Amino acid sequence: MSACVGSDLGRPDGPAKVSGRAVYVADLAVAGAWHGGAVRSTIAHGRVLRIERKPGFDWRRVVVVGPGDVPGDNVQELLSDDQPILAERVVRHVGEPLLLVAAPDLPTLEAALAALRPIVEPLPAELDFESATRVLHEVSIDKGDPGARFDSPPPGARLFEGTWRTDSQEQLYVEPQGCVAWPADADGTVVVRGSMQCPHYVRKALARCFGIAPERARVVQLTTGGGFGGKEEYPSVVACHAALLARAAGRPVRIVYDRHEDLLVTPKRHPSRVHHRTLVAADGTLLAMDVDVLLDGGAYTTLSPVVLSRACLHASGPYRCEHVAIRGRVVATNHVPSGAFRGFGAPQTCFAIERQMDRIARALDLHPFALRRHNALRLGDATATGQVLHDSVGSLAVLDAVAARTGIDRHRWCAPAMAVPSSNSGRVRGLGMSFFFHGAGFTGSGEELLKGRVAIRLLPDGRAEVAAGSTEIGQGTTTVFTAIAADALGCDPGDVVVAVPDTAAVPDSGPTVASRTCMVVGSVLASACRELAARIGGAAGDFRSRARAWLAAGGDGIVEHVYGSPPGLVWDQATYRGDAYPCYGWAADVAEVEVDLDTLEVDVVRLTTAVDVGKAIQPRLVEGQITGGALQAIGWAQCEVVSSRDGRVQQDRLATCIVPTTKDAPRFDVTIVEQPYAHGPFGAKGVGELPMDGGAPAVLAAIEDALGVPADRVPATPERLLALLEQRERTS
Amino acid sequence: MRGPFEAAPPIELTFTLNGRPQQLQAPPLRRLLDVLREDLGLTGTKEGCGEGECGACTVLVDGAAVLACLVPACQVQGRSVVTIEGAGFEPEQQAFLDAGGVQCGICTPGMIVATRAWVESCRRDGVTPDERGARDALAGNLCRCTGYGAIVEAALRAAAARGEPT
Ligand code: FES
Ligand code: FES
Repeated sequence: MSACVGSDLGRPDGPAKVSGRAVYVADLAVAGAWHGGAVRSTIAHGRVLRIERKPGFDWRRVVVVGPGDVPGDNVQELLSDDQPILAERVVRHVGEPLLLVAAPDLPTLEAALAALRPIVEPLPAELDFESATRVLHEVSIDKGDPGARFDSPPPGARLFEGTWRTDSQEQLYVEPQGCVAWPADADGTVVVRGSMQCPHYVRKALARCFGIAPERARVVQLTTGGGFGGKEEYPSVVACHAALLARAAGRPVRIVYDRHEDLLVTPKRHPSRVHHRTLVAADGTLLAMDVDVLLDGGAYTTLSPVVLSRACLHASGPYRCEHVAIRGRVVATNHVPSGAFRGFGAPQTCFAIERQMDRIARALDLHPFALRRHNALRLGDATATGQVLHDSVGSLAVLDAVAARTGIDRHRWCAPAMAVPSSNSGRVRGLGMSFFFHGAGFTGSGEELLKGRVAIRLLPDGRAEVAAGSTEIGQGTTTVFTAIAADALGCDPGDVVVAVPDTAAVPDSGPTVASRTCMVVGSVLASACRELAARIGGAAGDFRSRARAWLAAGGDGIVEHVYGSPPGLVWDQATYRGDAYPCYGWAADVAEVEVDLDTLEVDVVRLTTAVDVGKAIQPRLVEGQITGGALQAIGWAQCEVVSSRDGRVQQDRLATCIVPTTKDAPRFDVTIVEQPYAHGPFGAKGVGELPMDGGAPAVLAAIEDALGVPADRVPATPERLLALLEQRERTS
Repeated sequence: MRGPFEAAPPIELTFTLNGRPQQLQAPPLRRLLDVLREDLGLTGTKEGCGEGECGACTVLVDGAAVLACLVPACQVQGRSVVTIEGAGFEPEQQAFLDAGGVQCGICTPGMIVATRAWVESCRRDGVTPDERGARDALAGNLCRCTGYGAIVEAALRAAAARGEPT
């Protein structure tokens, strides 16, 4: 029976959201709660001498917390121990927290923060990641013998080099970061509620900060107004700050960032520089690839090693090549730490390989579509890590789908010689494409180590409750889990409820990241539901009465399952060989742009995309993920600028931090391709991040087609396009 | 920064809120957003930026969509304020649900209020609602989740549900 999967259920969280009843962190009524904030570094690197208290402020009205007040480790728990909760002797980026303050109301908090002045002696700051030398993490992937190929290329082969750069990007969830913390209760439990993707990460961070067992920290997710990766690791910072203040104040403390603070201090996408050397046969066959990936990690390690890993695993693109060398490094600078953002390194390297493919096609006078299709990975091919693709490979299907929708396979790209002179005015059109894949779930043995758990349990009224640590952040977790559970149990969607993610009440399903919630957690949920359905039997009567009868007869109404990797997956983390991901989503984009020749503003008028998601559990939600992700990619491609001066983020208000509006968004033409994945629930694979990967190279290729100048850097702002046009004028 | 807005002594405010008379004391420059959310507990109106750039705080004042983070409380003296908690948003709410225009939901109340103001202005002015009009009317409301297609569709469905211009 499959009534809910593949149809569109109403969102269980919809009615509360359209009526304004949904409770986000700023909305939660908490009697007696104070407001918390932080005193922060104003320079990128320096030695902290002291913190001056300006006279005239009555300090009895507030509480102040410093590094010495952290009861456990002054360490922001994550992959590495390099980031303090509060900086003590040295600050390493603008906005780094030094002291925390809580006050009964916001005006008092503002006055107290203004009366605390850090005196910091400047140290030399590293602000250029391309020349930075402190390496946080390295990755190497080797296949075949590229060195030998480059040294003695076969006759007729040609070598292409290209350097491709992408700047940072702000997640810009519309609800800023925030949480509320309570002081430890009678049994010593610290409680935090807030806006977040990963309650179990926050719990771990609180346990470290307080020196307590994880069970003594309870973390509950509130309705969360967007995350996109930005609420993966950072909510642990806000939670530790609020909980330290609550402990000191002896009362609940709420921290909700205003937009300015959020933009200045929270992690953003890693800037990148990717260099390609590609050896190509005259017919376009890729013979050998050498890829060098460099990322700016910012001041602390945060999640950079994993972002670099994913960047490198996608660096050779969805292409066959027998000889590949990929070298990746993420370096430390004195920028705000880079962190998780939808795509997680893959958009950067996808941009580079896709633009490199266009450059190769142009030089060899091959059609960019044909070049991609010729080299596309197919069923039975091996990736750069030697992973043989056995299952669910929609590569040709997505390429052929966008060709059928747009005729891109017959499009004649503008040759540079035909390019419009920059003295022209009016608007010029261009088309560009991209082809990409995205590994779903954690890399390598990640899922095996994590062992995500999900429970399904019968409530006394006979409904079934899904208990998972996975969060609803807008992407539709609640709806997807409802559909999967209803079909696997053989009941109505109304018989299913999804529990609020509360670390005291739900098992750890692993974080809500890496496009893993539907595919990985959903598969565990489906198997738990099937076992429960088998237990209570398919006898007469509706589900709830059967469930109640089972409970009344003393039956066990709880089934908890643990993720087990599909058989046959092998991964060697030391050598980066084997099955890097359980499976991949595949997609192709075609962007159509109009460039205004007076202002050089780029208008993306249509984006056609075909996406292989395995199975669309909820087609409308899948489409929402695709269009939402694609618009973020389009914004990054041309208008979303994040720059810094002396280490300070310049786009620190929404007036200057530009993201697309209704008027900037293109028409979307979405084709959903379904090549089922045998181990996903009902065949589903991950879809959350894939749409972020391909938009930028397609848009920049279209700009190149329109203007005839090589667009090699994201974002392609009018200023950068003008510089390219002027350069062409000078050299022609 | 809240301090500067709260400095002056409170004044007596009288206005209509969601169809009912409302009286309260507030500093004259206190943001309408804070009066609604904090003084009156109406938290359906959201704050995304506090500087008039995101539209999450959109409410109706005498039928027009305004940004509650930019309006000082004294400006609603004697006027009619309608928030997402008020009556009459059903066609827009249903349209947003049906079209898939809701994801994380933080932009949704503001979108719905702005959509209603647009649909009603089309009716009043005898303008046929179309996609371009919807995109213009909602250009001040940011959504980072949807890519806007479903939101524009929701606005058009709401317009259809409310019928032809009067
Ligand atoms: S909060 Fe008012 S426009 Fe953003
Ligand atoms: S639904 Fe999340 S910002 Fe619009």
